[in-house]
Amino acid sequence: MSEAEHDGKVSHSFSLPFSIRLEPRLEEPPRWFPAVVSLSAIIVALTLGGVIIAMVGGNPFRSYAHIAQASFGSLGVFSDTIVKATPLILVGLACSLAFRMRLWNIGAEGQLYLGAFGASVVVLAPLLPADSPSWLFIPAMLIMGVLAGALWGFIPGFLKARYNVNEIITTLMMNYIAVAWNNYFIFAVWTEGGFQMSPVFPRAAWLPRLTDLAGQYPFLGGLTTHMGLLFGLIAAVVVWFILYRSQWGYEIRLIGDNPTAARYAGINIARNTILVMMLSGALAGLAGMSEISGVVHRLQERISPGYGFTGIIIAWLAKLNPFAVILVSILFGALLLAGREIQPSGIPKMIQGIILVCLIGSDFLLRYRIRIVGRKETA
Amino acid sequence: MDLIVVLQAGVASGTVLLFATLGELFAERSGVLNLGVEGMMLIGAMSAYSIAVMFGNPWLGVLAAMIAAGAISQVHAFISIHLQADQVVSGLALTFLGTGISLVLGEGLSKAGTISLLPNFSIPLLELIPVLGPIFFKNQSIMVYLGYLLVPAAWFYINRTRPGMHLRAVGEYPAAADALGINVYRLRYFYVFVGGVMAGLAGASISLAVSPGWFSELTTAGQGWIAVGLVIFAQWDPVRAAFGSYAFGALRRLILDIQGPMVLFGRINNPFYYNPYWGFFLQMLPYAFTIIVLVIGSREAIRKRIGAPAALGLPYIRGERGL
Repeated sequence: MSEAEHDGKVSHSFSLPFSIRLEPRLEEPPRWFPAVVSLSAIIVALTLGGVIIAMVGGNPFRSYAHIAQASFGSLGVFSDTIVKATPLILVGLACSLAFRMRLWNIGAEGQLYLGAFGASVVVLAPLLPADSPSWLFIPAMLIMGVLAGALWGFIPGFLKARYNVNEIITTLMMNYIAVAWNNYFIFAVWTEGGFQMSPVFPRAAWLPRLTDLAGQYPFLGGLTTHMGLLFGLIAAVVVWFILYRSQWGYEIRLIGDNPTAARYAGINIARNTILVMMLSGALAGLAGMSEISGVVHRLQERISPGYGFTGIIIAWLAKLNPFAVILVSILFGALLLAGREIQPSGIPKMIQGIILVCLIGSDFLLRYRIRIVGRKETA
Repeated sequence: MDLIVVLQAGVASGTVLLFATLGELFAERSGVLNLGVEGMMLIGAMSAYSIAVMFGNPWLGVLAAMIAAGAISQVHAFISIHLQADQVVSGLALTFLGTGISLVLGEGLSKAGTISLLPNFSIPLLELIPVLGPIFFKNQSIMVYLGYLLVPAAWFYINRTRPGMHLRAVGEYPAAADALGINVYRLRYFYVFVGGVMAGLAGASISLAVSPGWFSELTTAGQGWIAVGLVIFAQWDPVRAAFGSYAFGALRRLILDIQGPMVLFGRINNPFYYNPYWGFFLQMLPYAFTIIVLVIGSREAIRKRIGAPAALGLPYIRGERGL
C-alpha cells in the first residue's frame, strides 16, 4: 500500500502499466500556477466549444477568428468591447464581493434591472426637470440606481439573516420579479407612443462618452466608451480596499473562510450578510444605471443580455480578485460583442457554460497533484 | 373562466414541477445539491421536441430527453463528487451549459411544424367523482398519471426500502455509510443521474404535453429554479413536494387564464381584463410565492428542527475526518 493510501487520501489505481496517483498538495503551489491552470482550462473549453460548433455545422476557426476580429480588430471595435465590459466589471465585482463571504448572490441581473429602473425614475418620474444640468442629473441617477440595486440586494440579505432562507433561490426569483417590474413601467407608464420603450433621456442625463471629446482630440471621434468605465475602475479599487485593507473586509473574508470561527470571534454574521448583499446589489444597480445612462439612453426591455449571470463566471474566473475582474470582463465583453453576429445565437452562452465547467473542474489541480508512477513502486 | 378547467390544466402544469422536484429531491437526499435543474430541463425539452420531430414518435422524444439530461447531469456529478468542487458553482455551471447547448442545438426548432404529442386520456369511473374527477382524472396527459404513481413510489422507496435507507445514509452520514460497505461515490453518481433523468422527463413533459413546442429559454421560464425552491419547502419529503408542485402549477395556470374573461364569477368586472398591464404583476406571483414559501419552509424547519440532509453540499473524501 502506498503512503498516500496510508494517509487515507484519495487514491486511484487503474490496471495500466503505470498508476495514476492523486496526492493532496501540502504546500502552496507557485504563484504562477493558478493562472496557468485557468488558462489551460479556457483553452480546453474553447476546444470543446469548437468541437460542438463543428458538430452543428459551423466552422470553429472562423467563429473564433470572427470573435477576435470583431472585438479587438480596431480602436473602434475595441471601444465597443470596453462598452460591453463596463457593466460586466460592475456585476463581476458585485458577485466577487458576495462570493468572498460565500453568499451566493446570483441576482445581479435583477439588481441591474432595478438599478436601471431607479436611475430612470430620476428622468421619467420625473424627479428632476428635463432641463436640469448634467452635474445634477448624473449624480442623482447614480444615487438612485445604487439605492434601487441595494434595496433589491437587501431583501434576500434580510431573509437570509433573519430566517435563514436560501439566498440562491431568493436572489434568482427576484431576477424574474425585477424584469416584470421594469416591463410594467416600460409598457404601461413610461411608454413612448405605445412602443415598448420610454422616451429618450435628455442629453444632460447621458454619461459623457469619449466621442464627446472629439472636438479637442479628433482621434476619439465615434468611440462609444463612456464614463461607466470609470465607475467600474473606481469600484474595483474600492472593493479591493474594502476586502483587503479594511477591518470590514477582514470580517467578510473570515466569515467566508470559516463562519464558526467568525462567530466565536464575535463577528455579527447577520449584519454582515445584509450589508454585503446591499453593497453587492448596489454595484449591480450601478451597472444598470451606467447601461441606460451610458448606452441605451432610455428604459427599455432587454437592457441586459444576461450580464448578471456572466458576472458569476467572471467572478469565478478572476478568483474573486477585483483587479482580475477588470481583465476577465474585457475578454467576456469581446465574447458578447462578437457573439451577437455568430450563428447559432446560443454559441456565446454555450461557450460561457463550457468555460465555467472547465474552470471549476480545473480547481482540482490546485488542491491535488497528479503523479504518474511505475507499477513497481505501488505494488 | 371555469375554475375546474383551470385546476385541470394546473395539475398538468404542476406535473412538470413535480418531476423536476422529485428528481432534485433524490439528488439532495444523497447529499448532492444540483442547481443545474433549469439547464437539464432545457436539455430535456429540446431533445424531446427535436427527436419527436425527427422520428415522428413522442415516446422516442421522452426517452431521448431522459438520456440527454441524465448524461449532462453526470458532468455535475463528476465535478462535485470526484473533483470535490463547490456544488453551488458547479450546479450554476451546469445551468449555463445546459441552457447554452440547448439553445445551440435547438436553433430553428420552433419552426419545425406540428408533431404528434403524448396521448391524453381519462380514467374510467374515477373521472366521474364530482369536482376531483374532472380535475385529476379527465383528459389528462399520460405524464400526469405517471406523476400520481411516482409520488407514493418515491415516498415508499425512500422511507421503506433498503436502497432508500442507503440513500438517506449517504446523504446524512456518508462516513458511516462507507464503513458499512455502501459505495458512497457510486450511489451519489446514481442519484444525480436519477435527478437528471427526472429533469429530462420534466422538460419532455413541457415540450411534448403541457405547452408543446420549443421556445428557447422561455420553454422553462425558471421552473427548474422553482423546483429547487420547492425541494426546500417540501423539506425533502416527496408527498409535500407533490402538494407544492400542484399548488404552483395551479397558480401558473390561474395567472394565464385570469386575464381572459371580461367578467369574473358572473358578476365582478375583471380588473385584469380592463388593465392588461397588471398582467406583469401577475407574472411576478409564482416567483414571489416561491420566496414566501421558502420563508415559511425555513421558519418551520427552524421550529421543528428539521433540516436538510446533513451532508448536503459537502464533498465526501474517503478517510478524511468530518461528516
